[in-house]
Amino acid sequence: MTALRVTGLTKSFGSVRVLDGVDLDVPGGLTAVLGASGCGKTTLLRLVAGFLEPDAGSIRLGDRAVSGSGRPVPPRRRRIGYVPQEGALFPHLDVAANVAFGLASGRRSAAARRRVEEMLELVELPRSAAARQPHELSGGQQQRVALARALAPRPDVVLLDEPFSSLDAGLREETGRAVARALRASGATAVLVTHDQGEALSLADQVAVMAAGRLLQVASPSEVYLNPAGPAVASFVGHAALVPAAAVAGVAASPLGPIQVRGARDGRVLLAVRPEQVVVTAEDEPGCLRAEVLEVSFFGHDATVRARVVGTDDLVDLTARVSASGVPEPGAQVGVRVVGEVLAFPEDAR
Amino acid sequence: MGRPTTTVRRLGAQAARPPGVLVLLGLLVAATSLLPLGFVVVSAAELGPAEAWHLLTRPRFDDLLWNTTRLLVGGVALSLALGVGCAWLVVRTDLPLARLWHGVLCAPLAVPAFVNGYGWISTTHAVQSYWGAVLVVSLSYYPLVYLPTVAALSRLDSSVEDVAASLGAGAWSSFFRVVLPAISPAVLGGALLVGLHLLGEYGALQLLNFPTLTTGILDQYRISFNGPAATMLALVLVAFCLVLLGLEMLARGHRRRSRVGSGVGRAAARHRLGRSAPAWSAALLGLALLTLGVPLLSLLRWLVRGSSSSLPGGDLAAALTTTLGLAVAGGVLATVAALPIAWLAVRYRGVLVTAIERAVYPANALPGIVVALALVTISIRVVPSLYQTLPVLVVGYVILFLPRAAVGVRGTLELAPPVLEDVATSLGCTRTGAARRVTLPLVLPGLAASVALVSLAVGTELTATLLLAPIGTSTLATEFWSRAAAVEYGAAAPYALALVLLSAPATWLLGRAAVSRNPRRLA
Repeated sequence: MTALRVTGLTKSFGSVRVLDGVDLDVPGGLTAVLGASGCGKTTLLRLVAGFLEPDAGSIRLGDRAVSGSGRPVPPRRRRIGYVPQEGALFPHLDVAANVAFGLASGRRSAAARRRVEEMLELVELPRSAAARQPHELSGGQQQRVALARALAPRPDVVLLDEPFSSLDAGLREETGRAVARALRASGATAVLVTHDQGEALSLADQVAVMAAGRLLQVASPSEVYLNPAGPAVASFVGHAALVPAAAVAGVAASPLGPIQVRGARDGRVLLAVRPEQVVVTAEDEPGCLRAEVLEVSFFGHDATVRARVVGTDDLVDLTARVSASGVPEPGAQVGVRVVGEVLAFPEDAR
Repeated sequence: MGRPTTTVRRLGAQAARPPGVLVLLGLLVAATSLLPLGFVVVSAAELGPAEAWHLLTRPRFDDLLWNTTRLLVGGVALSLALGVGCAWLVVRTDLPLARLWHGVLCAPLAVPAFVNGYGWISTTHAVQSYWGAVLVVSLSYYPLVYLPTVAALSRLDSSVEDVAASLGAGAWSSFFRVVLPAISPAVLGGALLVGLHLLGEYGALQLLNFPTLTTGILDQYRISFNGPAATMLALVLVAFCLVLLGLEMLARGHRRRSRVGSGVGRAAARHRLGRSAPAWSAALLGLALLTLGVPLLSLLRWLVRGSSSSLPGGDLAAALTTTLGLAVAGGVLATVAALPIAWLAVRYRGVLVTAIERAVYPANALPGIVVALALVTISIRVVPSLYQTLPVLVVGYVILFLPRAAVGVRGTLELAPPVLEDVATSLGCTRTGAARRVTLPLVLPGLAASVALVSLAVGTELTATLLLAPIGTSTLATEFWSRAAAVEYGAAAPYALALVLLSAPATWLLGRAAVSRNPRRLA
């Protein structure tokens, strides 16, 4: 596996600094770059691919410096595969010709034909798909062909730019898993850019959380979720509600009452209260805070309830995950209680 | 597209600077197509208020103004009634043989207006009147309303009508309260086109002996070359065009475009004509007799009668060769000129690029006569050696038809988004290789279509050609004209037939595009 190492990468468009000193180490496997729209993740990908040149910083693929020292290596010599949004299959070529596009050994040669078949098998498409035109394929199939096309020339690194965002929910999960399987089987290092945290956490070996042109945390999916590096990561990845409090010896005095905390020294802190840590009870249950239900999202297997705590000086909105039976109505008065240790961050942390 | 990360990419595209050469080429093309407007502004400034007032108060001028105005009103109104009515019948009712009727209703576009005028005047002199002129030009130009209306109606989501019906609206009420407002941008756009064509029409109106500003300009030009009187008339004509553009914008207001959604909509439920179906079919047949029957029958009659004397085989072949040469030159040059502008507009958005792109479109509203007059004046003043030469004629064609080419080329280039080239280079292609293997195969058919469309328009252009063609250069249109204007109807017939045949392919393309569900194919 070829490692990808990005150091101090900076890029501005006009006066807007889109990337601000990004360091990223991808030893191999599948790394997801997770961030909200406009955080710079696509720019990062395009810099690695070589479609853009950085203002500062360097990019190394294995032992080759492809950008940042001497002449930049053009995209065609970087040995990268690129899977853009919606696949971007060449509309004038059939599936086989699309997959064979990057093969050096003449597109109609026996070797190329064999490789196309291998690739279609890898992405779990039937052989008969080879003669189809791109517009005859479903969105998920187009993405698989795009991946096959990217993998066919045996690239060192594959870059995927929101490859599943245009697919509908059911297809997204299925295609995502198939793509991850194919990537692992091919042995290529892969970087997947996405704004969907479920996608990032479920598919990747390593998750890099990005905001405003910087990486906030690079770690395994469970590490990112369980030990977020800061309140921003906690609220983005865990949908945690951030509540200001004052911590003394592992207990925080907060608008929610005294709460067991971990992770912060004494002083002003931000509590990151996760939906699964909030229990919704009857209004009059002892030991509970009273709250008014603002919003209910019903998912079938469970539901989330957003509720505003009553009687606090600052507005405190909590999100709770509740079971599908016994979902309160919006406007109802309920009781809420925070259970277990809550993560706390020093208030001056980003 | 439209997903979150594209915002970043658009930002990138905006920030990327267009190559200098491309910008220079774009500026050159934009400046060329602004020449006629510049001419109008400069001559207005040179004329001076006293002389302008003197010219404007001559009695002859009042006639021209009055004629032009009432022709506009009558012609646009009749074209609207015919175009919208026929489109409704074809798209939204169970009219028998609707597809056939669609072809028949588009077909008048293949008969240039001056050939239509010739067909009528060589049949009856009764059309030499206001009502005759309104009838003949409307029969020629109503497809300009019909085609966009058909396109808008067939893309209109039929559920709006279902909703109107569920709210208690009857067929008529739902048409006027729901359907018509929804398709009004297309209808208004068509009406604007008819108006602009009426303002620029020379051949048909000259034959029908109905003097307007445009025929007045050519009369003045024959008498006093490019004297102040012709210039003054051109100024007023341009003012008319601007007023039309303004009226259309005002009427359109902030209304949303009629394109509703994409993809395969539900097939609209068609209104049942019931027992009135034969009557409507008969009405359409009557219309077809007027639009196609009269000009084509009269053409055939003169063709038969003329062949008894002698067929001008040699002249016809020479005119055909010249026409084809000019048409291909104009088509290729207009498409090539549209390329840098379309490329800039598709790949590099920004203030300068938008300005360059917009600069091309005013020529769309300028009558051929004004473009021609501008080029005559400018070539005489600036480079006299170019006056009445083929290059100036071809530049005239390019200015006239560049907007058409630019729209088509732009639509074509959008079929090849830059991401495809990115993918190709990541797969080992050089930038040139990517252009050869990906971009070119994608855009070539569209470019060819643009060349063909402009070529066909050039082949049947009369007004500007009359002014700009070098002495001794005869095209099908000018040869036809010199004979028809001299009342040698038999001798004009073979040229008229050739012109109709030349216009047929473009008409077929436009007719097919209007009913196509995929708006991209309009390019």
